[in-house]
Amino acid sequence: MTPADSLQALGRAADAATPLLKVQDLSKRFALHPERLLPWRFDKRARAWRRQRIHAVNGVDLEIQRGDALCVVGESGCGKSTLARLIMGLLTPSGGEVHYDGQRVDRLKASQWRPYRRRLQMIFQNPYASLNPRLTVRQALEEPIRLHHADWPRARVRDRADALMADVGIDLGWGERFAHEFSGGQRQRIAIARALSVDPEFVIADEPVSALDLSVQAQILNLLMDAQAERRLTYLFITHDLAVVEHFATRVAVMYLGTICELADADSLFTRPRHPYTRALLAASPRLQDGHAPPLRLNGEASMPVEPPDGCVFRARCPHANSRCQRERPLPRALPGGQRVACHAVEEGRI
Amino acid sequence: MALLEVEHLDVRFPLRHGEIRAVRDVSFALDRGERLGIVGESGAGKSVLAFSLLRLLSRPGRIVRGQVRFEGRELTQLSDRQLRRVRGNRVAMIFQDPLTTLNPVLTIGQQMIESLKAHRRISSRRARSVALHKLRQVQISSPEQRLAQYPHQLSGGLCQRVVIAIALLLDPDIIIADEPTTALDVTIQAEIIALLKQLCEKHNVSLIVISHDLGVIGRLTQRLLVMYAGRIVEQGPTREIINDAQHPYTQGLINALPQMALPRQPLAQIPGTMPSLSQVPGGCAFHPRCRYRFTPQGLPRQDCRERIPEAVASGESRVACHWVRELIATLPIEEETT
Repeated sequence: MTPADSLQALGRAADAATPLLKVQDLSKRFALHPERLLPWRFDKRARAWRRQRIHAVNGVDLEIQRGDALCVVGESGCGKSTLARLIMGLLTPSGGEVHYDGQRVDRLKASQWRPYRRRLQMIFQNPYASLNPRLTVRQALEEPIRLHHADWPRARVRDRADALMADVGIDLGWGERFAHEFSGGQRQRIAIARALSVDPEFVIADEPVSALDLSVQAQILNLLMDAQAERRLTYLFITHDLAVVEHFATRVAVMYLGTICELADADSLFTRPRHPYTRALLAASPRLQDGHAPPLRLNGEASMPVEPPDGCVFRARCPHANSRCQRERPLPRALPGGQRVACHAVEEGRI
Repeated sequence: MALLEVEHLDVRFPLRHGEIRAVRDVSFALDRGERLGIVGESGAGKSVLAFSLLRLLSRPGRIVRGQVRFEGRELTQLSDRQLRRVRGNRVAMIFQDPLTTLNPVLTIGQQMIESLKAHRRISSRRARSVALHKLRQVQISSPEQRLAQYPHQLSGGLCQRVVIAIALLLDPDIIIADEPTTALDVTIQAEIIALLKQLCEKHNVSLIVISHDLGVIGRLTQRLLVMYAGRIVEQGPTREIINDAQHPYTQGLINALPQMALPRQPLAQIPGTMPSLSQVPGGCAFHPRCRYRFTPQGLPRQDCRERIPEAVASGESRVACHWVRELIATLPIEEETT
């Protein structure tokens, strides 16, 4: 029995109620100024020299059930892409755990990761960069199939690639062309076909439509939703575009400076946003219809999460911050509606 | 008389392997204090149109035909020296990425004073106080401190405010903003939109905004041009176009927005992609993707394939589409009966 087969057997045996993906207290720190001669700073409180670090992801808890489309939304620099890369095993976490289908995967070696690669796939933002320019479309699609199914005869691999191209709407005659001959939307289709080529169950999409034009964006979103319905995929979808989130997500996690401030079902998040940052984000996103409330004005801009901030990460821009928010870091708490919100003001009933 | 009038403008880039016609027969007018949006997908020619207004085209692009009149003065015929008095002085530009617009080795103050002195005979001290005043106008806190800082020390939103302040330095009549909020986060984007709107209203400055984002255009502008493959396919009041688009392309663009469909339902998509500007199909450039290229009897409409549609008035908008023209011709005009 190959490792992949044994894993699938394990997956079937696992309790259906366990989430497909579980992330516990995950954090990732990057060194700030790694090239500097003196990257240390004197920490007055601890009376010691400390290396300055960016807390890109800071204590994230997350669960994704099978069939969910979880959207992670936040502004640039909030750590959403880092979170995706941690889950994919492309980065090693500084702390915390990632469990995929009941198995801990965050400390695996590259060779141990291989059976999971068949089940987890990723789609990147920029299809110009994520496709190998020296492979034809067919080669790009067949490569992962060959890698994971070394025993398949050539004709079977070929048929699979043909079926994929038909599925994502690439003309079969284009198989011998190179990626640079295609437009952005077609390249993204090829990237999606490549991700689907090994029949994954979980797909992480990092801003898959942000680089595309509006009319093409609709085509790709439709394609992703069709793929989900046909193949029973589970998505982790990263984006900064709230209109896309509202359309695509079943659940939404709002991130700010490395922490999740609100996690809720898509419906309740858009009808009753609770966290002040979620509210500001919703109010700020431009809509076509008239007559909505004027945007909530926040003070300043998101800074970089250098060194563990005391208190709430959002307190400097929050209109509801008080002294407790300065001191104490809010922990995510479940509300009666099912949302999980990390905010003292919500917890105390001030807002 | 309109502040800026563009008539039958044609911009071409002759290249070794054929000619690219980036802007084709574009006509529009801009009034004083009016905010105009130009919307379209990438490669529709929106930026080339904006650059050609000030003859800022990079080689080998050139204006082949048409007029650009600013206060009645023909800009396409001016010498470079005469044109420089208009650029920056009367018409200012704001670009997409504030960090690449600003000079990284000069402080904010140096850049502002430099551009003031290039256009006006003004003492350094006076220029400094003008710069401070403009920074306050764009609601930058502690402007004295900002003058001594370099662009990399400021955040993206602050940089874009500085860029707007520089655009305002010489009290221009028109500001041309090319994707002014695309590089910014959503919350900052909303602030910049509000700021631009307020500044234009207060100082009676005209604004031309180029964007691919209908949400931004809808919030910021009063009138709208929709471009497709180098041509204006629809122009009219922004609200009217967003609420009741006439041209099939504009309709498709608006219906493709995720907020126009119910959550988790398929989006209405326009099939295909926009043609590259070097190989635009004959007749109406949109016809291979258009839903209405067939007559109600199911026959392909000859005109769509063969003739370039002329703009016809529909409501307050002007639409370049054979299908809309036929509809208007066949339907009784309701306005006259009421």
